[in-house]
Amino acid sequence: MFRRHMHLAAAAVALAAVSATAIPASAQETQYFPVASSRVGPYSAMGTGYYGAQIDYMNYVNMNGGVNGVMLTWQECETEYNAVKTVECYQRLLEKDGQRIVVFDTLGTPGAYAVINRMAEDNVVLAQYGYGRTDAADGRVWPWVFNAASHYWSQIAVKMKFMAEQEGGVENMRGKKIVHLHIDSAYGREPLPAMRKIAEDWGVTLVEISVPPPGLEQQSQWLQIRRERPDWVTFWGAGSGMNSTAMTNAARVGFPRNRMMYVTFGAAEEDMFPAGDAALGTYAMANALPGQDYPLVKAIKEQVYGAGKGNLSDQSRIGSVYWNRGLGAAVMWVEALKNAQEMHGKVGKAVTGPEFRDGYEALNMTEERLEEIGIKGMIAPFAISCENHEGAGKFAVMQWNGEKFEQITGWEAPLDPGYIRQLVEESAAKFASENNITPKSCS
Amino acid sequence: MNSNFLFMGYTRSDVINLVVVLAVALILIPLTIESDYWYASILIPWLCLALAAVGQQIVMGYAGQLALGAAGFMAAGAFACFNLILRVPYMPFPVALMLSGLIAAAFGVLFGLPSLRVRGIYLMVATLASQFFIVWMIDKFGWFKNYDTSGIITAQDIVIFGKPFTTPLEMYLVVVVVVAVLTILAINMTRGSTGRSWMAVRDMDIAAESMGISLLRTKLQAFAISAFFCGVAGALFAFTYLKSLEPVAFDIKLSFKILFMVILGGLGTISGAFIGAAFILLFPVVLNSLGNNVFHGAIDATIISAAEQVVFGALIIVFMIYEPLGMTKLWENVKQRFRFKREPKATLPKPQVT
Repeated sequence: MFRRHMHLAAAAVALAAVSATAIPASAQETQYFPVASSRVGPYSAMGTGYYGAQIDYMNYVNMNGGVNGVMLTWQECETEYNAVKTVECYQRLLEKDGQRIVVFDTLGTPGAYAVINRMAEDNVVLAQYGYGRTDAADGRVWPWVFNAASHYWSQIAVKMKFMAEQEGGVENMRGKKIVHLHIDSAYGREPLPAMRKIAEDWGVTLVEISVPPPGLEQQSQWLQIRRERPDWVTFWGAGSGMNSTAMTNAARVGFPRNRMMYVTFGAAEEDMFPAGDAALGTYAMANALPGQDYPLVKAIKEQVYGAGKGNLSDQSRIGSVYWNRGLGAAVMWVEALKNAQEMHGKVGKAVTGPEFRDGYEALNMTEERLEEIGIKGMIAPFAISCENHEGAGKFAVMQWNGEKFEQITGWEAPLDPGYIRQLVEESAAKFASENNITPKSCS
Repeated sequence: MNSNFLFMGYTRSDVINLVVVLAVALILIPLTIESDYWYASILIPWLCLALAAVGQQIVMGYAGQLALGAAGFMAAGAFACFNLILRVPYMPFPVALMLSGLIAAAFGVLFGLPSLRVRGIYLMVATLASQFFIVWMIDKFGWFKNYDTSGIITAQDIVIFGKPFTTPLEMYLVVVVVVAVLTILAINMTRGSTGRSWMAVRDMDIAAESMGISLLRTKLQAFAISAFFCGVAGALFAFTYLKSLEPVAFDIKLSFKILFMVILGGLGTISGAFIGAAFILLFPVVLNSLGNNVFHGAIDATIISAAEQVVFGALIIVFMIYEPLGMTKLWENVKQRFRFKREPKATLPKPQVT
């Protein structure tokens, strides 16, 4: 018995020695990224898809020579979409082998709020790819935070614009009633400030109904919706369970699905399939369109999955909404890294947090650049500036046909983007004055 | 070792333990640990949750009242502390911390009232009200959150006597001092007449009442003190660990976690609260880093994440079967064994088989 243990121990030591020597042998420049994934619990569908795509893309970049020769490394940590665990993961992932992360992506508004105040001090970029704190779009108050795939206030404004178009114009919206059915968390409440303002301006009655997380029980809320008899429901949920439950309940109380508009985090195949026929006709918002035909998606499928290195266990999810959104997020990391290397004369070298921040702020994703990368049409073209960290501010409306999403509109901006921007600046200025922050000058 | 009281009912080993623990916490750890990760993500949350577990221990382990809803009192304490500092000018942090504990204690008395009529599992259901009511109230009325649109507010910096405590090490020291003072207080209470009446009520309330112990006073006192501990723990948790306040952070899951900490650590022991908190808080972290470092790339990451939860659940079951009295008992057994080895001549009775 003892002997066997000795053998095992010796083997383990030898193995450790081999692996220890193997790493410095390939003494190569690396850039370290955190993957604060959420793979278990009610929110696993978005976590596995989104973070799976990020890892797939990093593998793809590494297989093609890295970023100007810099290889990407990463480490995972499970957050379960929980703010408390996200803080622990952030601290744990912050440094590895003496290298500090340059970017953090929580894929969750509660998690983003929990770490957002640490970014400036730690010199880490918080890349909220289509979620998170909205007024962070004001880069003067939040230099370290970005909403590169558009924020929730633009999203709700686009939703309301779409409703107005269906009703035949903004003037027809007067007297209409909208129910905002939302998960009771920071994420569910995030669009409300903009939504309340627009509803007031348009003369729309807004009824806010909250669902406690994880939101699998919505019967009383839907009875209330039946009593209210709204013209539209804007649904702001998270997790496939909550998202599909809303549709089955809507079917039960006879609320038409083509009067429901789903948020980007309910607008995925994994959210629709569990509801079966009840999902038919539901509208959903997209900041990254699904599809397997984009050249980059094809290339990853061929190269990464072909080599057996793919992160998704179910290959049919390649090109799904969450996977493509994660791909978009990871593309922005790599583009920002390229920018940072070029701007700071560090081509082929690892960059620091402040350098990466400059690179991210210099993102200019024109139609041509997106075509070069191979995701033209998947996301709206955008550019980030010192003042405006929002990105495109545009969304496409999709409709579920029982098997897949059909794109209904092109990339739509809010009716009055200047008004949304004004709200963002007001909110950011309030935060700055409350917390004694002197807004950065951008001129 | 010996039963000579050195100081107010404390034996020599008690005092030695105290000095050693404080020396480790206040001198050894700050001198040896440099990584912010350890302070910010391990030690601070551990101490905060251990303090909440001490609160749960008082009401459940000592007074025998099966209460569930510690996280509700933590939320009350956290938001009380935020509002006190925000709205009362020149409010010093230590005073705000104590006052928020008292506010939580008031809620404790309120939600302890059902304990006078119902007991056991029914009381557990009744005390759930505190969990849901407090969190709902904070969510419902914008005043508690200073009308913040997102519902997540940034906790103010801790300033004591004009000195800001913002680095992880500084915040750790604040937490250590508060937790140490309150823990000594808790030990004192459990060993004094207060604790004796709690235990009398726990073991047989009719007998306790016939001996002249007021059930009303004893039970409500236990609930109040328990809620005080949870309130202070909640404020510390929000101000030093999360650095933001959000009602969702204090959900029913956290209440259950604190309950498990007490059960796993050992009912009716203060040290059990600390050991249980360490287990519940740290084990998932250890499993997750192990899973990601050892099996990185080898196994599907989703399976690793799920397996961690299975392993954690299995470990709880193993511990409960192997040592139903909690980890404190396990620790005592280990100490006992060492004592045998060191003092072979001493004729100690064999440890009782339970």
